[in-house]
Amino acid sequence: MLDDFLIRATLAGIGVALAAAPLGCFVVWRRMAYFGDATSHAAILGIALSFALSISVFTGALAIALIMAVTVSILSGRGYAMDTLLGVMAHSALALGLVAVSFLPHVRLDLMGYLFGDILAVSKNDLIVIWGGAALVISLMAYRWSALLTATLNDDLARASGIDPRREQLILTVCLAVVVAVAIKVVGVLLIVAMLIIPSAAARPLARNPESMALIAAALGALSAILGLRMSYVHDTPAGPSIVCVAAGLFVSALILGRVRASFS
Amino acid sequence: MTLIQTKDMTVRLGGHVALRNVDFSIAPKEIVTIVGPNGSGKSTLLKALIGAVKPEAGSITRQNDLRIGYVPQKLHIDQTLPITAKRFLCLPTRRNDNDIAAALARVGAHDLLDKQMSALSGGQFQRVLLARALLEKPELLILDEPTTGLDQPGSAALYRLIADLRDELGAAILMVSHELHVVMSASDRVICLNGHVCCHGTPDIVASAPEYRALFGTGTQGALALYRHDHDHSHDHAPKDDTTDKNTDETSCDEGCC
Repeated sequence: MLDDFLIRATLAGIGVALAAAPLGCFVVWRRMAYFGDATSHAAILGIALSFALSISVFTGALAIALIMAVTVSILSGRGYAMDTLLGVMAHSALALGLVAVSFLPHVRLDLMGYLFGDILAVSKNDLIVIWGGAALVISLMAYRWSALLTATLNDDLARASGIDPRREQLILTVCLAVVVAVAIKVVGVLLIVAMLIIPSAAARPLARNPESMALIAAALGALSAILGLRMSYVHDTPAGPSIVCVAAGLFVSALILGRVRASFS
Repeated sequence: MTLIQTKDMTVRLGGHVALRNVDFSIAPKEIVTIVGPNGSGKSTLLKALIGAVKPEAGSITRQNDLRIGYVPQKLHIDQTLPITAKRFLCLPTRRNDNDIAAALARVGAHDLLDKQMSALSGGQFQRVLLARALLEKPELLILDEPTTGLDQPGSAALYRLIADLRDELGAAILMVSHELHVVMSASDRVICLNGHVCCHGTPDIVASAPEYRALFGTGTQGALALYRHDHDHSHDHAPKDDTTDKNTDETSCDEGCC
């Protein structure tokens, strides 16, 4: 069954969608979208490095994403103008990565594949990495769920309950780096944040509690992967962007549904 | 016997000294109100007591396993985060439904159980926060400006509720007030803070005097009282305006120490 590339692609898409859903909710609640951009754009630099050092793309991207995420996390507590700072870091990292790639003339690098994903080329090994990463992120978030939520509501409330908000922030940061590293193959570095934010934002009008929002986001994300790949297959459109387009369509539908429901209640 | 005590405590926040040489203690069932101007370190003192900031010098001694119920000053719940009052009360510790219902009923908010937190009014929000603190079964209840955003009858109602809770729970109550002169009448002690302890004393119960009733209105049923600042030390503050008569006590408090 796994010999069919379309089935492998679908499983890869669902794996990323499931891991991205709970994390994406926190990205939305804590307004960390730019933070996600900075981390994912830096991954291009990691990809260049992994070719230069002959290590796996996953390892290189994960390492640079982790460094970027931790750096941004440390800076965020220092009272800088965060949107400017993150904008500088996200795009510098992306540009630096693209320049670094050009220094590797002996490597034939499919840049488009890393910017927009190459989900149809997912191998069985990639599937193991993606589902392994997804399992790690989901279990880490499930284990820390209450503490993460409390720290998201209010730092002092968390501290009064014996929760260290900085540790919870670090956990989110590590999860973000892992999701970025496993999602590169599926949607590419430019569209990772879309997979984090769009299903969560679509789930918001349909949810009454944080847990239901994460579950609905996971369902919508998985649905986007399945329908997006179908659309890509039928209409010969690029796979990663097709998935994001379906997610965007679901977001608009959810918004309208939420409005209609609110006006009837 | 004290629940919590600081000795000669100095706290530094982001480079500047927010509190210096603060001696503070609170005994079981005592009600203590802290007043002081903006930036005087009131919230910092509470944060040091709950362990959110570490003192640079001096000590904090807590009674073993002291249960603290904490009501933060302002808690903004983002519109993007859906959460009902019931779920909110279960963070981070899961509570059983009966306890939740009882706590909400006690603060007069039983009808808010399934309401979204972001849809609550200021007063409703304060009551849910108070219910959350009650679920801790606190020995010390700490409230940071609980009456912010409430009108005077609303403040008075909240103060009466807090005083009743002290009697029911047998808990000590420590609260910060943004008003310099008007405090909860049940306060046993009032501490005026401005980077250090400026003065402390008992509030004057004035509800019976007609001129104060005119000031406080009739709807407060004696929940509010007046605190007269009586400083035992002087400051080298430059006079702001030579034409104002420099008197002592209450008025100098507004521009001098406090």
